[in-house]
Amino acid sequence: MTPQDRDYLHAILKEKSGLVLVGEKDYLLQSRLMPVARRHGMESVSELVAKTRTPGNNGIINDITEAMTTNESFFFRDKTPFLHFTETMMPELLKDRSGTKKLRIWCAAASTGQEPYSLAICLKEMSERLAGWKIEIIGTDLSAEVIEKARSGLYSQFEVQRGLPIHMLTGYFSQAGDMWQIDSSIRAMVTYKEFNLLESFAGLGKFDIVFCRNVLIYFDQLTKAEVLDRVANQMNPNSYLVLGAAETVIGLSDKYNSVAEKRGLYEVKGAGAATVGGVDIAKPVFVPRSAVSGAA
Amino acid sequence: MKNCLVVDDSNVIRKVARRILEEMNFAIDEAADGQEALDKCRQGMPDVILLDWNMPVMDGMDFLIALRQEENGQAPKVIFCTTENDVGHIMKAMRSGANEYIMKPFDKEIFEAKFSEIGLI
Ligand SMILES: C[S@@+](CC[C@H](N)C(=O)[O-])C[C@H]1O[C@@H](n2cnc3c(N)ncnc32)[C@H](O)[C@@H]1O
Repeated sequence: MTPQDRDYLHAILKEKSGLVLVGEKDYLLQSRLMPVARRHGMESVSELVAKTRTPGNNGIINDITEAMTTNESFFFRDKTPFLHFTETMMPELLKDRSGTKKLRIWCAAASTGQEPYSLAICLKEMSERLAGWKIEIIGTDLSAEVIEKARSGLYSQFEVQRGLPIHMLTGYFSQAGDMWQIDSSIRAMVTYKEFNLLESFAGLGKFDIVFCRNVLIYFDQLTKAEVLDRVANQMNPNSYLVLGAAETVIGLSDKYNSVAEKRGLYEVKGAGAATVGGVDIAKPVFVPRSAVSGAA
Repeated sequence: MKNCLVVDDSNVIRKVARRILEEMNFAIDEAADGQEALDKCRQGMPDVILLDWNMPVMDGMDFLIALRQEENGQAPKVIFCTTENDVGHIMKAMRSGANEYIMKPFDKEIFEAKFSEIGLI
């Protein structure tokens, strides 16, 4: 792989997914892209790169992007966000939205589904307080592969042992060969969709809770700031944003307030800050730059 | 430092478990079957017991039932750690007083997840 190949790959990844690779991750390119090259019948990563420079190879570019993103997730990851969900966010929202009895929750980097399903399990466990409520959970991710796995609700023995207490495994899963499948009643609570956070959020609708965890960490400052501001525009007044343990809005977006003593939890106050009639007047819509590959 | 009694008839498994649990800051004692484990518990209850199911002399289930009838036998947390990975075995273990359940093979991440599940780390 030449330095030009490397720079070119960095540029495509940034363009397509926001993913920014730092120097020491260079070896990752080679080790993660070699299997993609072989799958496409090529001998080297350089050959793969050459192929993406010719038009009509968006499929290969998607495969490259998927191979380079980190999809790791587990049930009830970091635990506290889910405590905040049941003990802070839900009680507040049940009071605040009692007029409409509707809530929409967005997992903006849902990966293989553990995060949205953990939320669905939390809701199931408090279902006696939710009679008459309509609660939607929408899980989106850039990668078609992880979305497909999320929809299937199938997890390995290893995956169900990271973060799931045993009574939840026996309570909400059944055995399917070597795998464990989450019950259809839980699966039915989540809608999955392939979606890139760099694209326009128009059409997603408004949300009351957004989990956007462990994805901004891979973006550069400008992309983080843009995504955070645009997420705020998709949030109803008095809504909650939850970030990953190593992520913050501080220095990136002024549309959120931290919730006292709840690390990683933020509120959007008032009527969506700079929004009038649902149209953001303060910020231009973020338009992704045209693809590096030259494909329209 | 919390004490963990590792009960397994395979000394390879005991060694692997010991290495991981020592990294997690537990003081380890070992037993090769349920009877040996019960004798050790009678001398002093550990904070947690990592328990295999199938063992000679006294198996894990018989040990668990006996332990819970001992004076102070409710005190230790018991985590089954076994190749038995069907719902029937899991339910039976939990009904008999186990606190958590690990299906082999395990690794450090699973140990950390399960030990934190019952408030041990
Ligand atoms: C580490 S996982 C996080 C999963 C889950 N939120 C959690 O915290 O466990 C990161 C996910 O972000 C997705 N991702 C990366 N860039 C993205 C983008 N531009 N738009 C949407 N999803 C993206 C990846 O495909 C990956 O599944």
